Amino acid sequence: MLQTESPLGAVATLASGLLFGFGLAWSTMIRPESVLDFLTFDDLGLLFVLGSAVGINLLAYQLVPRLFGRTLLGTAFQERPFELDRQALLGGVLFGVGWGLCGVCPGPALAGLGAGNADLLIALAGIFAGALLHGLWAGRQVPVTA
Amino acid sequence: MPVTLFPHGIAHYALGGTLMGLGVALLYVTTGRPGGVSTFFSSSWSWLLRSPFFRQGAFLESRHWRLVYALGLVLGGGLFLLAGQTVEASHIPAWKLALGGVLIGFGARLGGGCTSGHGICGMASLSAASFVMVITFLGTGIVTASVLKWLGV
Repeated sequence: MLQTESPLGAVATLASGLLFGFGLAWSTMIRPESVLDFLTFDDLGLLFVLGSAVGINLLAYQLVPRLFGRTLLGTAFQERPFELDRQALLGGVLFGVGWGLCGVCPGPALAGLGAGNADLLIALAGIFAGALLHGLWAGRQVPVTA
Repeated sequence: MPVTLFPHGIAHYALGGTLMGLGVALLYVTTGRPGGVSTFFSSSWSWLLRSPFFRQGAFLESRHWRLVYALGLVLGGGLFLLAGQTVEASHIPAWKLALGGVLIGFGARLGGGCTSGHGICGMASLSAASFVMVITFLGTGIVTASVLKWLGV
């Protein structure tokens, strides 16, 4: 079933991405070198980036559903579907290797492109290709019922 | 050993992280959507491909908003430039971006999320599974980056 998106929902989603991308740029996380400096312990600033972002969302995720029950636009709060198993762990291992290799992850790749780093098109093409390979591979593992 | 753990200070890290957090929180509070980014790279294939995996309900239902969200991320980076801010040039070799990108795309989808999905939304949900995933990719990320730095690659 297709969810019908209210215009307000689309505006809120766009604004959320905008704020997220602007923050990624402000924190210099859109620059792969900043991320790599963290992974090699040359600059631990990423801890403050993650700490601030998680701190705010702890409040949002833990308090808002309990206080209000519904979202501001009247929809339900969604759970992240995730089950930890051996395959997921392997995914985490591979993701980390790629992250440590180039200092890019999906959000900063998009925001960094917007901030003018055209080299990130290569990373984005790679991410799209990786997601495609995963889908082709996963589609063979377990037949998904359409 | 580095002289300081924070050679560039912490102000822009904390402020940038706060803005990022407000963005992800805004999405959750207004629409109830956990703002992971990596699913966008799978759900978008459903516009082109007919295979059952890419036509699964979770992708068809969310591909619109994920596209809008991704567009917002790109525009957010652009807004940073329009606000008169500058970004230091980056010099990552193309082969690292290409190979790293494929590993990131495949790994994030197999692992059910990336730094935003597990790192921000999962940890904010106090999901033990997401904590394990974050420790995992942080661990292999540190090892990979450190070994490459040591090798001078």
